[in-house]
Amino acid sequence: MNTLITGKNITLGYEDQIVARNIDFSVSEGDYLCILGDNGAGKSTLVKAILNLHEPLSGELKFSFDRSKIGYLPQRSQIQRDFPSSVYEVVLSGCVNSLKGRFFYSKEDKKRAYENMDKMDIKRLEKQPFALLSGGQQQRVLLARALCAAKKVLLLDEPVAGLDSHTSSELYKTIDDLNNDGMTIIMVTHDVHPAINSASTILHLGKAFFFGAKDDYFSSSVGKRYLEESGHHD
Amino acid sequence: MIEMFSYSFMQRAILVGLLVSLCSSLLGVSLVLRRFSMIGDGLSHVGFGALAIATVFSFSPLIFTIPVVVIAAILILRINEKSKIGSDSAIALISSSSLAIGVMMISYVKGTNTDINNFLFGSLLAVGKNDAYFSIALSLVVLFSYILLYPRLYAVTFDPVFARSASIKADRYTTLLAILSALTIVLGMRMLGSLLISALIIFPCLSAKRVSSTYKGVTILSAAISLAAFMVGITISYQLGTPVGASIVIIHLLVFIILSLFSFIKENIQKKLLLNEQ
Repeated sequence: MNTLITGKNITLGYEDQIVARNIDFSVSEGDYLCILGDNGAGKSTLVKAILNLHEPLSGELKFSFDRSKIGYLPQRSQIQRDFPSSVYEVVLSGCVNSLKGRFFYSKEDKKRAYENMDKMDIKRLEKQPFALLSGGQQQRVLLARALCAAKKVLLLDEPVAGLDSHTSSELYKTIDDLNNDGMTIIMVTHDVHPAINSASTILHLGKAFFFGAKDDYFSSSVGKRYLEESGHHD
Repeated sequence: MIEMFSYSFMQRAILVGLLVSLCSSLLGVSLVLRRFSMIGDGLSHVGFGALAIATVFSFSPLIFTIPVVVIAAILILRINEKSKIGSDSAIALISSSSLAIGVMMISYVKGTNTDINNFLFGSLLAVGKNDAYFSIALSLVVLFSYILLYPRLYAVTFDPVFARSASIKADRYTTLLAILSALTIVLGMRMLGSLLISALIIFPCLSAKRVSSTYKGVTILSAAISLAAFMVGITISYQLGTPVGASIVIIHLLVFIILSLFSFIKENIQKKLLLNEQ
């Protein structure tokens, strides 16, 4: 299996405060990695580090591909509510990482935007204002944008936050499909269901650290405690 | 009305005014949508202070004011990112301090109020030949950067974090916007008044947002509204002898009210139609 991302002994934090230390993990092609952990365990900081928005205090983060080609799905709250923009404009902006020296989007970029709108089943919303869509639709639009940016890896930050359970399971199904088509998935989540149902590997941050295959995680003490705390019973 | 175009000072004023209106409306779209409108307001006050100092010490107004306002623009952005004082209060601090410095300068040295009026509310006669050349150059720079950087500016404006993850240097584009705004403000300030110039940045985008829900639509409509409001405003000012800056801002206010009403009525009709369908 081709290794895409390797993290060795990473310590994350800000000037006067360490958020997480000694993180070791790796992501291989086709993986579905769930990043779990309590609030403040360093999940968002790790996301920022992977996206090159934050420099780890120490340790090594290596990429075997161009990290600007990670398709990033931010938390929806990051986007202004009343921003005037059509769905197409949002999706196309995902191609901004393939502009390089060019000023404008190419025909291929526009074609990719349409393909990804099609894949996310939002083509009929193409001309609709993004701000007026439902939460689930907005998330599909942002996922289509992430797909425009993604060559191999999608990084999803709490993708179902604020969505109802039906919309959430539809979105999880879409993400599973993408993973089955060969897209590598890294997902930060509070929800234990994708970790149980879809993940191949788990990275657990917090007082107890775990990185490894899903089955090993749920038979480990860290995993068992997490399952209990999240109120999940078999 | 045609005679208004026959005076060379009016021709200059109209040329500079149209170009400033175009630049300010385009820059305004990005500034307003990124919640940076206050920067425009802060910079115009700094401009007033700098202009007062330039006048008192007989410096060339453009050559002295431009660097001061550009530095202020960069400073305000840094404060926005790092300050522990809220950025809005920091900008308010800078604004009122600059205003106070300017007023002190002028009244101490000249002992009259007449020039303060012109500085605060603008004067058509303040537009010189240099302003005309400079505004042509500036508007070309703004227009070209805006068009050429449009995809990147959109990405940075809509979601700066996503843009940075795609290795777009979002901070650089923000700095560029602030510097171009500073130049536009300096250029328009003496004609339209330092207290009123920031309206030209904020109003067009807000009005356009009432009726358009795409980014491209808002951009184009902002530019159109800004150009039209300037022409109507300066004509009224010429015909009725009202101050030019105030006349233009009043037109902007009217446009904003009309478009707000229009969108309010449209939404209500759509709601009723939806109810009837059900």
